[in-house]
Amino acid sequence: MKKLFLAAMLAGIATVAQAQIAYVGGRVITNAGAPIDNGVVVVTNGIISAVGPAGTAVPAGYKVIDAKGKWVTPGLFPGISQFGLADVAGVSNSNDLRAAAAPMTASLAAESTYNPAEVTIPVARVEGLTTAVVSPISGRGIFAGQGMIVSLAENARQPLRGAAFQYVTYGEQGASIAGGSRPAAWGELTHGLEEATRMQRGKAPVHSQKRDPRLTPEDIEVLTLVVNSVQPLLVHVERASDIRQLLKLKSMYPGLQLVLVSADEGWLVADEIARAKVPVITHGMDNLPRSFQSTAATMSNVGRLVAAGVTVALGTPDLGGSFQPRLLPQYAGNMVAQARVPGAVGLSWDQAFATISRNAAIIFNMPNGVLKKGAPADVVLWSGDPLELSTHAEAVLIGGQEQPMESRQTKLARRYLPGRDRSQLPEEYSR
Amino acid sequence: MKKYLLASLPLLLAACATNGSASKPASASAAATAPAEPGQTWQAESAFTSTYKPWPGVPTVVRNVTIYDGIGGRIDNGAVRFENGKVAAVGQSVDASGATVIDGTGKFITPGIIDVHSHLGVYSSPAVQANSDGNEATGPVRSEVWSLHGIWPQDPGFGRALAGGVTSLQILPGSADLFGGRGVTLKNVYGRTAEDMMFPGAPMGLKMACGENPKRVYGSKGQMPGSRMGNIAVMRQTWAKARDYQAKLRTAKAPIQRDLQMETLVGVLEGRILVHNHCYRADEMANIISLSKEFGYKVTAFHHAVEGYKINDLLRDNGICAAMWADWWGFKMESYDGIQENLPFMHAAGGCAITHSDDPNGIQRLNQETAKALGHGRAMGVNISDEQAWTWLAINPAKALGIADKVGSVEKGKQADLVLWNGNPLSVYSRPEMVWIDGALLYDTNDPARRPVSDFELGQPGEGDRK
Repeated sequence: MKKLFLAAMLAGIATVAQAQIAYVGGRVITNAGAPIDNGVVVVTNGIISAVGPAGTAVPAGYKVIDAKGKWVTPGLFPGISQFGLADVAGVSNSNDLRAAAAPMTASLAAESTYNPAEVTIPVARVEGLTTAVVSPISGRGIFAGQGMIVSLAENARQPLRGAAFQYVTYGEQGASIAGGSRPAAWGELTHGLEEATRMQRGKAPVHSQKRDPRLTPEDIEVLTLVVNSVQPLLVHVERASDIRQLLKLKSMYPGLQLVLVSADEGWLVADEIARAKVPVITHGMDNLPRSFQSTAATMSNVGRLVAAGVTVALGTPDLGGSFQPRLLPQYAGNMVAQARVPGAVGLSWDQAFATISRNAAIIFNMPNGVLKKGAPADVVLWSGDPLELSTHAEAVLIGGQEQPMESRQTKLARRYLPGRDRSQLPEEYSR
Repeated sequence: MKKYLLASLPLLLAACATNGSASKPASASAAATAPAEPGQTWQAESAFTSTYKPWPGVPTVVRNVTIYDGIGGRIDNGAVRFENGKVAAVGQSVDASGATVIDGTGKFITPGIIDVHSHLGVYSSPAVQANSDGNEATGPVRSEVWSLHGIWPQDPGFGRALAGGVTSLQILPGSADLFGGRGVTLKNVYGRTAEDMMFPGAPMGLKMACGENPKRVYGSKGQMPGSRMGNIAVMRQTWAKARDYQAKLRTAKAPIQRDLQMETLVGVLEGRILVHNHCYRADEMANIISLSKEFGYKVTAFHHAVEGYKINDLLRDNGICAAMWADWWGFKMESYDGIQENLPFMHAAGGCAITHSDDPNGIQRLNQETAKALGHGRAMGVNISDEQAWTWLAINPAKALGIADKVGSVEKGKQADLVLWNGNPLSVYSRPEMVWIDGALLYDTNDPARRPVSDFELGQPGEGDRK
């Protein structure tokens, strides 16, 4: 099963000669046990073939990377992002995140527009991101459609997993989309799941479009995947009472795999979330009462959720300037800093690093985010502690393939280095 | 237009009243500021003055501490003494007599962070429509509005910024309008009124904006400006009008009809009000520089300056600061060329680099924003020391706000706006431990009684929580 999974996973990447590589001498973070100082990581045919302490055998002929004084970790894996769906969010023609005027909702599939050549991808890849959960956002209905999981490799051609989950907006925004109140959003949500359950049982749906024009028969059909345990249901929600309401879905629809997104007030109901075995995806940095559904927002949210036993992955639910997937190490570092603030709750370093590398893989049942024998070789070599602000990714391996450490941004920076020679030709001639 | 005339009416009446009319002045503030000479503009800024009073402090010495002095210097294992709201001594060691002594072993002292670009109070939390007061957006020229009059002093964001080490900040109007209105600099100390927070003696700012926002806001209404050409044309026409108004003031034999839009612009032409110009693209900043020369005013700082790195020399040679994010990019077309080395490249070129937030989240971590940019610069071979980089948060924004004689460095005689960090402030793992403003301890990570909770957060879930 696992092997099949892996084969399917690697299928998303066009075939390129994979490097046989060994990282020797670095501090190795495995996400599968204690860090190994002066460790060895061996990569064979796109797969981790060995991880161990100094002295672990490196087969002859392998490219050996001296990692002395550096850190070696699994690649970063945001729990939510928008890669491949918008070149520039503010340029509407380039933005495929939402379709407010489309006749369908839940059946919209992000994978149909996925553009692996988007420049946002190398911009993140050079910062150590290797895999990402990609979600649309809600348009005409609270059901946004189906998100995907992608490799951020240079030669990625198709998503690792296409129709990976369904995304829903609840809370204030959901209320607004559904017609003006939370009860309306709850109605739209349960109507969709109810109809899908009927369809699943072979019963004719109550003519859904009459009751809710946002859900076509095609949308209902896709929602059978949600009630049927095939696709997790990700729900954007903030307020504690809204989270409680959503947790009821677990008993109403036993096959439902619920995942909460953002969950600013999750800490107020952390035990209930943990008991329901519901994971959370959030960037963790909200600490302002930016709306009445987030009055209790705090950067201790993630620490308290994790302490209660909730699996938390960091990601960026909203595309914008201030929160970017490539900044996940900074957010994870802040979770560690939060642990040093009296009265606050943060994370240990290991816990924090797992939230940006391993936990999304756990939530979506992917083999990535771990350095152990048999795992896909997504490996990042860092100049130091990857959560520290002055640290850089020096080399990135995705599925065993060495990635170019260049992006449109690094090219712009090199073109405009201070002290450059402007005496002969304009900058446009240098690259 | 009609709205504008109506709004001006009480002030026009007030002006008449001070000129011998029988009616009483409409407002006390207007009456207090009669023009000194016929025709001279009213200095409206004197109608709304700071009522800020420093809170009490005790003579304090922090020693065995690493100091980034904010002007590029560093003292290892140093000491600072402050009392009566001022820095009394800085050095390897200082006189500790009669002072509360804090051992700073393993810790760092810096000048308080100064954010040149914030919308706290005018775009408050909660960000509901009723709290949206940062853009007048009813006309491209709105130089008559003041951010001061939109500030809600109970914004929880002020307290969060304090916990991030911010001690002074300029509250600017937004960028919907070409002339967005006046900005005001605050001490980051909660007050009952906006005037309670005003930084005494700080000049006011004028927010201007070029680029996508004004042309989108007005073009979509079928109104000028609908293009970048229109942006510049409306600006030039407006400055021409301001010069005319200024000339009228100078030659008039009696007070002329007040024009609040023009008063702000004359304040700029006379150098009393500093121009803070939102501008992303290099070519547009160059246009604005030429325009400012045509009409004889100075741009103090370009804000955002996402393409500042392309014209470092131009900004440096014109003595214009660039207030920048560390890494925001790509959210709209004019931010597409953002790079993470913008701050260090500006510094390396000899320009005035400033780390700014423009954001209620970012303002809490301006030290981190600086550290990221510094690290990216170093990776590109631009070697700037930690203590030099701290100028982006201290003396450089102080200069851009016209308050560098008062704050922005740890130097004898400066106001004691200081932050004690629990580790190197350029590390992600460090946080402010204590923050003093004018020598008063207004934030202490170990003492809940020294941490503010805004009125809005009282009685709400999470009241007084560590945020």
